[in-house]
Amino acid sequence: MLSVQNLDKRFGGVHATRNVSIDFPDGSLTAIIGPNGAGKTTFFNLISGAFRPNSGKVIFDGQDIVGKSSLEVVRLGMTRAFQVAEIFPSLTVTEAIMATVISHLRKSWTFLRRFPVAEAKARTEEIIELLGLADKAGTLSRNLSHGDQKLLDIGLALAMEPKVLLLDEPTAGMGPDERWRMIGKVQHLWQVKKMTVLFIEHDMDIVFKIAQKIHVLKYGAVLAQGTANEIRRNQDVIDAYLGADHHLSAAVGEA
Amino acid sequence: MMKAGFLRDLLFAAAVLIVLIVVPFIFTKPSLRDFLIYVMAYGLLAMSLNLLVGLTGLVSFGHAAFFVSGAYMFGLLMQSGRVSIPVAILVTVLGTAVLALVIGAICVRLKEIYFSFITLAFQMFIHSIILTWVSLTGGDQGLRGGIPRPPFFGIDLSSGVSLYIFSACVFVVCILIMRQVWQSPFGYTLRLIRDNPNRANYLGVDIVRMKLGVFILAGAMASVAGILLSLFVSGAYPEFGFWTTSGEAIFMIMLGGSQLFVGPIIGAILLRLIEHFVSIYTEYHGLVLGIVILAIVLGLRQGIADYIVEFLQRRKEARAAPAQDASAKDATFAKERIA
Repeated sequence: MLSVQNLDKRFGGVHATRNVSIDFPDGSLTAIIGPNGAGKTTFFNLISGAFRPNSGKVIFDGQDIVGKSSLEVVRLGMTRAFQVAEIFPSLTVTEAIMATVISHLRKSWTFLRRFPVAEAKARTEEIIELLGLADKAGTLSRNLSHGDQKLLDIGLALAMEPKVLLLDEPTAGMGPDERWRMIGKVQHLWQVKKMTVLFIEHDMDIVFKIAQKIHVLKYGAVLAQGTANEIRRNQDVIDAYLGADHHLSAAVGEA
Repeated sequence: MMKAGFLRDLLFAAAVLIVLIVVPFIFTKPSLRDFLIYVMAYGLLAMSLNLLVGLTGLVSFGHAAFFVSGAYMFGLLMQSGRVSIPVAILVTVLGTAVLALVIGAICVRLKEIYFSFITLAFQMFIHSIILTWVSLTGGDQGLRGGIPRPPFFGIDLSSGVSLYIFSACVFVVCILIMRQVWQSPFGYTLRLIRDNPNRANYLGVDIVRMKLGVFILAGAMASVAGILLSLFVSGAYPEFGFWTTSGEAIFMIMLGGSQLFVGPIIGAILLRLIEHFVSIYTEYHGLVLGIVILAIVLGLRQGIADYIVEFLQRRKEARAAPAQDASAKDATFAKERIA
């Protein structure tokens, strides 16, 4: 589904992504981890068309998408949610998701219909149900709690019916209980929707529990990749990232 | 359900039209009719500008460019004596739409203050063309010699009454069209752009094209306002396209409010009323106007209509507050799903 080959990106003197090659099989749930400044978000920006890599390929659904704009990449079926929830403060949950569903249906230029649009209704309700936001459907997005705003951000990405979903730290800024609740929802969405999901995460317990495969980035390069057990035992990762007590490292990573 | 919404707007529009037509027959002072035509023309200008300001988050300082282009194009077409009023209106609206397409294609790529200033620059450019091309436009004297109003479809606009009724009908139809846009999927997509353009881009919205679309639409609507005013004063003047005219439209939006659909109309009525009554007592009506605007901006921090809507909403929410244990239920539900 998604395959990154020899991806390289420099910002002036900073070598943010170094010759990264990763395969993301169809329908996989993959975690990208690494200390702050490892280039995780840059990696997402490169594959979603926000930045153009200096060299390398991003093969998505059989074609190289390097050089395509972020808008084109979205329309091909790769959407993302952001580290800080990117939502529409003055719209209600229903309005925001329905407008996005309409965008996905390529009906944004419709003048002669009125909100709410019947053909987008079922999809909108399905997504709200899936997120568990049904009782807040009429709430203005700016009045939602932090966790619900992060959920809505993911819901907006889902409304585009993506083949690949990029989640940049879905649990950022949440307390321990809320993190588990959030990641449970992410796992549930992944199972229901059968998408390919990539997520960036700092909490090692969460990563080891749900990710099928883990890729560790450090200084922009792939340090290690493998299953949870392999990563746990990998001496490079233990030395460079996890340290003696990996809970400590995870906490530092959040700051 | 959506049909019900349109029907309600239609009924409301019909009611407004009836009131607009009946009122001058009850209160027969001619100054009232003049007042209402001014409110309709400038109200339409402010409403069309609010498609950019309130709906899309594009603060244009140069919207009067399309107002003046409407007035001059229509006036020149009618003075040529070759076309009827409906044809002249159609050609003027389409011509202004093309002008808006050209100007908009450059402007909508810029953001925030840069967008505001380049629209202002284009407006001053058009204003100076009108001033210098004396042979066509009459320069600073304006388009003189009156605008002929030949009868069409048995409608004769030469009498004040029929012109007034015609203006009221055109005004209400334009407001209805804008109301439809406001409620349409197009309108909601514009709200996405207003709230968070970057996010909208990542949700498959072509921001530049959407902005250009609404820019053209708003320009076309402003030209209709210009047509109404030129019909009424039987001429066109460069001041229609001066920056103060754009400024007045922005004042109307600030006074009335940008988020409630009819806010700018309320602002237009208020602004005209203030000007009317204050200028009876003092020549310094600009000073009074400035103080009123300052009071509203600093005191309410939004237009009057928006303030009232928010106040009513808060009161409703305060009453409904005790019935709120739903969020607690949601939390337990989520925990069960994890387990």
